[in-house]
Amino acid sequence: MGFIVFLLKRILGLVPTFLGITLISFFVMHLAPGEPMSLQADFNPKMTPEMRQRLRAQYGLDKPLYVQYAKWLKGLVQLDLGRSFSPDRRKVWDKIRERLPVTILINVLSMLLILAVSIPLGVRAAVWENSLFDQVTTVLVFLAYAAPAFWVALLLMLLFGIEWNLLPVSGLHSLMGYEQMSLFEKVLDWSKHLILPVFVSAIGGLAGFSRYTRSSMLEVLRQDYITTARAKGLPERVVIYRHALRNALLPLITIMGLSIPGLIGGSVIFESIFAIPGVGQLMWSAVMARDYPVLMGNLVIVAILTLLGNLLADIGYAAVDPRIRTGLQEQE
Amino acid sequence: MRRGRISSFFHILFVLAYFIYLSTTCLAEDVSGQERPAYGDAIVVGSIGDASNLIPMLATDATSHEIAGLIYNGLVKYDKYLNLVGDLAKSWEIKRGGKEIIFHLRKGVRWQDGVPFTSKDVLFGFKTIIDPKTPTAYAGDFLEVEKAEAPDPYTFRVIYKEPFAPALSSWGDIVVLPEHLLKGKDITKSSLVRHPVGLGPYKFRLWKTQERIELDANPDYFDGRPYLDRYIMRIIPDPATMFMELKAGGLDWMGLSPVQYKRQTNTPFFRKNFRKYRYLSFSYTYLGYNLRHPFFKDKRVRQAISYAMDKKEIIRGVLLGLGVVATGPYKPDAWFYNPNVRRYPYDPKMARRLLAEAGWKDSDGDGILDKDGIAFSFTVLTNQGNSLRDKTAQIIQYRLRQVGIEMKIRQLEWTAFINDFIDKRRFEAVILGWTLGQDPDIFDIWHSSKTGPKQLNFIGYKNKEVDRLLVLGRRTFDREKRKKIYFRIQEILAEDQPYTFLYVPMALPIIHARFHGIKPAPAGISYNFIRWWVPKNEQKYIIP
Repeated sequence: MGFIVFLLKRILGLVPTFLGITLISFFVMHLAPGEPMSLQADFNPKMTPEMRQRLRAQYGLDKPLYVQYAKWLKGLVQLDLGRSFSPDRRKVWDKIRERLPVTILINVLSMLLILAVSIPLGVRAAVWENSLFDQVTTVLVFLAYAAPAFWVALLLMLLFGIEWNLLPVSGLHSLMGYEQMSLFEKVLDWSKHLILPVFVSAIGGLAGFSRYTRSSMLEVLRQDYITTARAKGLPERVVIYRHALRNALLPLITIMGLSIPGLIGGSVIFESIFAIPGVGQLMWSAVMARDYPVLMGNLVIVAILTLLGNLLADIGYAAVDPRIRTGLQEQE
Repeated sequence: MRRGRISSFFHILFVLAYFIYLSTTCLAEDVSGQERPAYGDAIVVGSIGDASNLIPMLATDATSHEIAGLIYNGLVKYDKYLNLVGDLAKSWEIKRGGKEIIFHLRKGVRWQDGVPFTSKDVLFGFKTIIDPKTPTAYAGDFLEVEKAEAPDPYTFRVIYKEPFAPALSSWGDIVVLPEHLLKGKDITKSSLVRHPVGLGPYKFRLWKTQERIELDANPDYFDGRPYLDRYIMRIIPDPATMFMELKAGGLDWMGLSPVQYKRQTNTPFFRKNFRKYRYLSFSYTYLGYNLRHPFFKDKRVRQAISYAMDKKEIIRGVLLGLGVVATGPYKPDAWFYNPNVRRYPYDPKMARRLLAEAGWKDSDGDGILDKDGIAFSFTVLTNQGNSLRDKTAQIIQYRLRQVGIEMKIRQLEWTAFINDFIDKRRFEAVILGWTLGQDPDIFDIWHSSKTGPKQLNFIGYKNKEVDRLLVLGRRTFDREKRKKIYFRIQEILAEDQPYTFLYVPMALPIIHARFHGIKPAPAGISYNFIRWWVPKNEQKYIIP
């Protein structure tokens, strides 16, 4: 019972936070110089002042800011994110939705790749602390972290796409005949196109995760229960992967939880390089064109995901850690 | 001696063989020239940006107009020599000194959904474009119209308040819309925004946002079916990736940068597989002065700056020679271009003399000119992300320093640049460019009535004679008389130097060698796109 009340309180507490986020963002966004018509209208000899006024009125920009915000909020309550200010005037949700699948796909794949590589790497580096392996991998992951993604991407394209002709340079699927492919061929086609983008978006993340794993592992390995496990005569593999790693991963799960909103965000540089129609490019062009509804739409989604992520983390702690639970009950 | 004779004999044989080879290749080319072009294959075109809206009057970006231009047609169009010719209009009459235009439309033209095209569609397009509810940037030209009517299905008549020379050219593909699909609907929410139905050479096939747009040949096109079965535009935002796609075979046509044109495509691979073209682009770059600023009020100062820089050096450095010096607001191959205006070759001595005449002297010996205790130091603004303009600014900075003028460079994000600096007139000088139209009318940029907020004469240029000529140019239909008017305008602008006109860059397209029928002309290369073709044995893509 106490837990449900705690949950309700937390969820109610999120509402003002969420409104605050949208309010502040809405006003800050309008502080940026320029207006949505700038790209269409500025320096266009055919654009007359009357036309400009007409457009302003159509977008509702002639009204005071708080009226605009109230109108936007009213739409949000009805789950309507409004229409884009760009010439296509499409619904904001349609514009974001069509780009979400590929963005999420690449982010999830790259997250999995990061975990699959960096956790074993971190574990080994901790077990063989200060060994040659530790030092070499440290240097390598930091090199990968420091190398600019666009540069790595171009080199790989040149190598795999042109010199060896093994992989496509850019895009998501083959130019011709994709519609006629069988499901298996389609998956194969997608995979070939995704190898380079997933790899490039993952290598920058290796450094962080392998370092977190390493330091967390080092701390756990010094604990008494590890000594106990070893003293019991357990094989080293069992000690490290069953006893030590499980405990070392707990802080990593928090970091992963925090990266949930990042899954729908994209990187404009990397999406542009690989010509991938993702959320990053949409947001970039929306910022440049001062397309407020699209920006606010994306912000709403990211804000909700972030708040949900925090909430889930809180619930997770409460569920896992008895101390937090009892603390709650004592308060009531 | 003997050996020498033999070798020269072989030499002659070789030369003969070479001539025979040459003549046979010429023959072969002649034959292929007479050969009937083949249908089939597809062309894959690279574009940096995605289209935004495929109803032409609602779009302002180049990509949208490029695609829409293949789907829609206008009453008139420009031919390869940039003359206005009929398109959907067979012919037209200009009456009452230019106040009235009567278009006679082609018969038997159908929209791509099978409905016949009539003058009602033109009238509908016109009513839509002047409707205050339509968010279009192109209504301006049509607000000059007093009355438009469609007396019968193949006649369209339009009456202007006053004679308006650019009127004829305004009846292009922007204003012809299918009435049967749009009548009574909100055009901004129409499905035609993303699934256009036109009457042009290509039909819409699919549009994957930020990925690609595909068009299919329209077999019923009134001017004959295009040879290429499909047109695919791939959106690749990064120029380096685009170039790699070209190399990897994923693209057939893209625009090159000067470095790519001169160096990176100078390999046997490119010479074998691609053809490069170049022609003057429809744009120029300029250094514009805020004429309200005390430094630049004096004509001699502006002339001095024009003398102080070497425009050929800028073209060599920035465009690797792929451009020409601009002498005024038009490109040199236009019929209204005046080659005999005052020019400003590199002449630092002249620059110093003019500056001295204007009272600028280095009285404190710090290497910078000054006058009444104020040093000649100003900031030039340009937009971020345009490396050509940035390099241009640096070369000018270097040359101006040599005559004792300090020029600082500041780059700004586009929207902020326009809103906070240009619109508020908070600038001393700018480096920017204009895109040129096919009509000489430049009223909006140079007339003194256009110096208000958000208007294009932001430098504040005011010249009574230019004002009068600009109005006259708009009212005159006779080409020779118009030419004289715009010749005089160019003379005045060259003398006044409100801008230092810098250069007209070249457009540098590269196209796969399998495409035949490409003939560069003043209009560029794409004017006869529907007549490009690929021989059967070289076709790359089979379109089912």
